[in-house]
Amino acid sequence: MSAVLNARNLRKSYGDQLVVDGFSITLDKGECYGLLGPNGAGKTTTLRLLLGLTDPDGGELTLLDHAVPRHAREARLRVGVVPQVDNLDPDFTVAENLLVYGRYFGMKDAEIKARIPALLEFANLTHKRDVKIPTLSGGMKRRLTLARALVNDPDIIFLDEPTTGLDPQARHLIWQRLHELTVQGKTLLLTTHFMDEAERLCHRLAILDHGRMVAEDSPRALIAQHIEAQVVEIFGESVEAWASAHAAHYAERFEVSGETAFCYANDAQPLLAHLQTQSGLRYLHRPANLEDVFLKLTGRELRE
Amino acid sequence: MATHHFSPPRLSFRFFPIWRRHLLVWRKVAATSIIGHIADPMIYLLGLGYGLGSLLPEMGGTSYMVFLAAGTVCYSTMNSASFEALYSGFSRMHEQRTWEAIMNTPVTLDDIVFAEMLWAASKSLLSGVTVLAVIWLLGLSHSLLSLWLIPLALLVGLCFAALGLIMTALAPSYDFFMYYFTLVITPMMLLCGVFFPVTQLPPLWQNVSAMLPLTHAVDIARPLLMGVSPPAALSHVAVLLGYTLCGFYVSLVLFRRRLSK
Repeated sequence: MSAVLNARNLRKSYGDQLVVDGFSITLDKGECYGLLGPNGAGKTTTLRLLLGLTDPDGGELTLLDHAVPRHAREARLRVGVVPQVDNLDPDFTVAENLLVYGRYFGMKDAEIKARIPALLEFANLTHKRDVKIPTLSGGMKRRLTLARALVNDPDIIFLDEPTTGLDPQARHLIWQRLHELTVQGKTLLLTTHFMDEAERLCHRLAILDHGRMVAEDSPRALIAQHIEAQVVEIFGESVEAWASAHAAHYAERFEVSGETAFCYANDAQPLLAHLQTQSGLRYLHRPANLEDVFLKLTGRELRE
Repeated sequence: MATHHFSPPRLSFRFFPIWRRHLLVWRKVAATSIIGHIADPMIYLLGLGYGLGSLLPEMGGTSYMVFLAAGTVCYSTMNSASFEALYSGFSRMHEQRTWEAIMNTPVTLDDIVFAEMLWAASKSLLSGVTVLAVIWLLGLSHSLLSLWLIPLALLVGLCFAALGLIMTALAPSYDFFMYYFTLVITPMMLLCGVFFPVTQLPPLWQNVSAMLPLTHAVDIARPLLMGVSPPAALSHVAVLLGYTLCGFYVSLVLFRRRLSK
């Protein structure tokens, strides 16, 4: 079977602003792929292009063997979408939301009703079946949105920041469910701002910045490839003076941000030994993670 | 604006699940909705009809009550469709993001806008039939020809739904709709022969009136209620259809532009 999704060199501008600049990606069945990037990096526009909701200025795209945007409608028959902002029908109950949504895919009522118990089970919402949407918690709404995206038994599911605004318990449950979906052979494409989420869930990741893909690989390979193995974060009022005097000696690379110095080293032992002798500084020693890669590639300045 | 925004509407039967969705929401609030539909036109019909009617021996060749009844059917169907297309349509498009949810499925924007127009017209049909039922109950019309007001209510509904959707496509917020009601809908009630014959207007305003869709609706409705076949009915229908088709097309182009970003 060919790739579930295959995009080549997609481009999109609004006015003279290039929002998506040469996006290429190939997704295989059962893969979970993450799009990371600061606000305004072009993640949401990329998702809209991939779904055929926005027409690209150039490039080629095949989604589930259909050319998009020309045959986006046919492709979307087998696609599920979890949008960034909840758009459940507030006037309906939990079960009615699923029923009404299934009809948009041309499904018969009997067919949808037969699927509803399993979908509610999957979303841990069986006991909320006849409850109206405004009374649900944020986590429940998110789970229902995920269940709604599965009503047509899609092959690929697009998730735009699926756990933003959720508490840790709710987030862990979503992660568990997304993992189950990949085990079932569903393909997932998600955007997120949570590096631990991306590191835990995604088989492969792309980091986007200013509309361009700046890196793509598995989380582990990205860390190995782009960053030193160890990080020592050093805090204290005198950290700036300390860093300009000593940091370059002990670390391959360092950055000072406010009252924190981030030292990146392949061997942190000499630095740690030195820090024992510095009474005014506190420090945290940890392995390098995806967030370090992300900040290295996209910078520390706020994107607003 | 991209050229494909101007391509002709691509319609399909996929609009039907959306229409059913609106119906399901409406069924949950049907009782209060029907009271709203009937209260406003009844207050005008009975209040003005009995109040003014007792002072006026006749108007346009009939009792003032019958004269006003025809206008009431038309303007209440105009109002139902306008409110639905503007406030409820904007809520579904903007507040609740219902359209966004639907567009992630195989249903397209063209289907959604078509469903909005049809649904708003369905509310007009309901409103028209309700007012017509009251007209019969009050004995204001005895002619079988008055049954033609039922399809007329649907047509008037389609026409004002399509025009209203243009406003919805342009609206930055709900406040914008006040302009449409104050500058378009209310003047139409006064210029289109709802409360008094158009011939009472100065000649310039009579010409304006002849271009407004509500005038053509009233010109069909009034003879029908009086049991007379309306003169030039087909040309009035053609005007209403023309407004419907143009309004739908323009609103669709504007919605495509607004939502393709």
